[in-house]
Amino acid sequence: MSVMSLTLVHAKYSIIETIRIPIAVIGTLVFPALAMLFFVVPQPSVSQDPLFATQAIISMSVFSVMVGSLFSFGLGIAENREKAWEPYLRTLPAPGMARVLAHILSTGTMAIISLIPLLAIGALFTAATVEPLRLVVGLLAVAVSSLPFMFLGMSIGYLLPMKAAIAVVQVTFFALAFGGGLFLPPVMFPDWLNTVSQFLPSRQARDFVIWVVQGGELHPMTWLGLLAWSAILLPVVLALVKRDEGRRYR
Amino acid sequence: MTVLASLTNVSRTFGDITALDDVTLDIRSGEILGLLGPNGAGKSTVISLLAGRRRATTGIVSLFGGDPAEARNRQWLGSTPQETALPESLRVGEVIDFVGAHFATRVSTAQLAAQFGLADLVRRQTGSLSGGQKRRLSVALAFVGNPRLVLLDEPTTGLDVDARRLLWEALREQHDRGVTIVVTSHYLEEIEALAERVVVMSEGRIVADDSLGGVLARVALRLVHLETPHPGAVAALDGVARREGDTYFVQDSDAFVVRLVRSGLDFRDLTVRGATLEEAFLSLTARDGAR
Repeated sequence: MSVMSLTLVHAKYSIIETIRIPIAVIGTLVFPALAMLFFVVPQPSVSQDPLFATQAIISMSVFSVMVGSLFSFGLGIAENREKAWEPYLRTLPAPGMARVLAHILSTGTMAIISLIPLLAIGALFTAATVEPLRLVVGLLAVAVSSLPFMFLGMSIGYLLPMKAAIAVVQVTFFALAFGGGLFLPPVMFPDWLNTVSQFLPSRQARDFVIWVVQGGELHPMTWLGLLAWSAILLPVVLALVKRDEGRRYR
Repeated sequence: MTVLASLTNVSRTFGDITALDDVTLDIRSGEILGLLGPNGAGKSTVISLLAGRRRATTGIVSLFGGDPAEARNRQWLGSTPQETALPESLRVGEVIDFVGAHFATRVSTAQLAAQFGLADLVRRQTGSLSGGQKRRLSVALAFVGNPRLVLLDEPTTGLDVDARRLLWEALREQHDRGVTIVVTSHYLEEIEALAERVVVMSEGRIVADDSLGGVLARVALRLVHLETPHPGAVAALDGVARREGDTYFVQDSDAFVVRLVRSGLDFRDLTVRGATLEEAFLSLTARDGAR
């Protein structure tokens, strides 16, 4: 069986499992939409300005996908490692790569679905504008730039037991969201924070998607940074998958 | 006979605990090998090493001539999840299809369900199954890929007598088709019903590796309790494996009683009961230690 077909099989059953528990799906859909309603829509200076409103929606989209990736991978993997089904799957003739790719595919699918209400609110209640083609390319850019968050979530999940993973994921996503300018736009940052911010994958993802959707100038740090984060974290993930033997007790 | 899998001088430690201590074992094509021993003897560790789930600390584990940690070497291996591990929201048929999708020569879901008495349950979510049904599904999953070697870790623990016999029947049918089976168990009865070759483990070592008959002849299967002023003389009678207080571990209690009566030694309150598996093997390990 090829890695590709096994990837699709694992992704398929993972998505079936997720949607059989509807409340989990609702949470994924509602969380970013609520953030949008609370943080963006009530501020006319942002929501009624086409440029800022679009950027705010992009920031929220990156935030939503980032949170989805960190939680789904970090907590999902940590939880699975404490169950006996995961060790069983490891005895099947599927290479570790297929399981990693399947997790990316299923979580990615759910994350993209979670953007639908976000974009709907943006279209209905703000002045944000985007050409249809730019929207499609923008969604692809969100997907690509979320890779570092997926790998980060996976590393946390394989490295830590469930309870530790919850704490680490929460701290990580908060730091990345604020530091990356997803809640407050980076123009409001002092210089030192702006400099630090440019090294964060959240800032790089935000700037990358804004560039894809709105054009303008792309700082080399942005795409180099995204590449670097992915290149560093992917081998870490693969090594952790290979080494993993389920939860360690001492 | 071809060797399908082997452990060569394998040790495995978990922190300070030595789960396996220099174990060497060949699994040959066509046999049902019973892996027997008390809790913590290392049976499950052997299974997890063969399934590629854990790695040996030292020594070589080989599966179909390769490293079990490599996915392609597990193409002809079947193993079982713990029945509590089945994903609750998936249906029985979906779980079978999910696992079956990993194998080039899979058995159809309908056929497998029929073989393991799951035909009426295919549309049910696994969370709604009874313990026995979950166990049957777990064991069935080991056979979905038309495997040449199947590893079963305690396949019938917690099942009632009828369910256990049904499952044994299904396993014997699979064996008749040529599947090699390694089965661990607490139950002597289970090993007697299934196994041809028996490996007894204790404290991470193999203490016996013989035919079923050979192993049964070596373990003390009966416990005789009696009171006597001459315990040393009673313990010295032929066929007594060891003594613990007023209890004597013997292979054949009838022959022992005959010998006891003929010896003319005083005794009273004689009772006989079957040894539990753990007691039976304790006598085996104790004797091996003394040798």
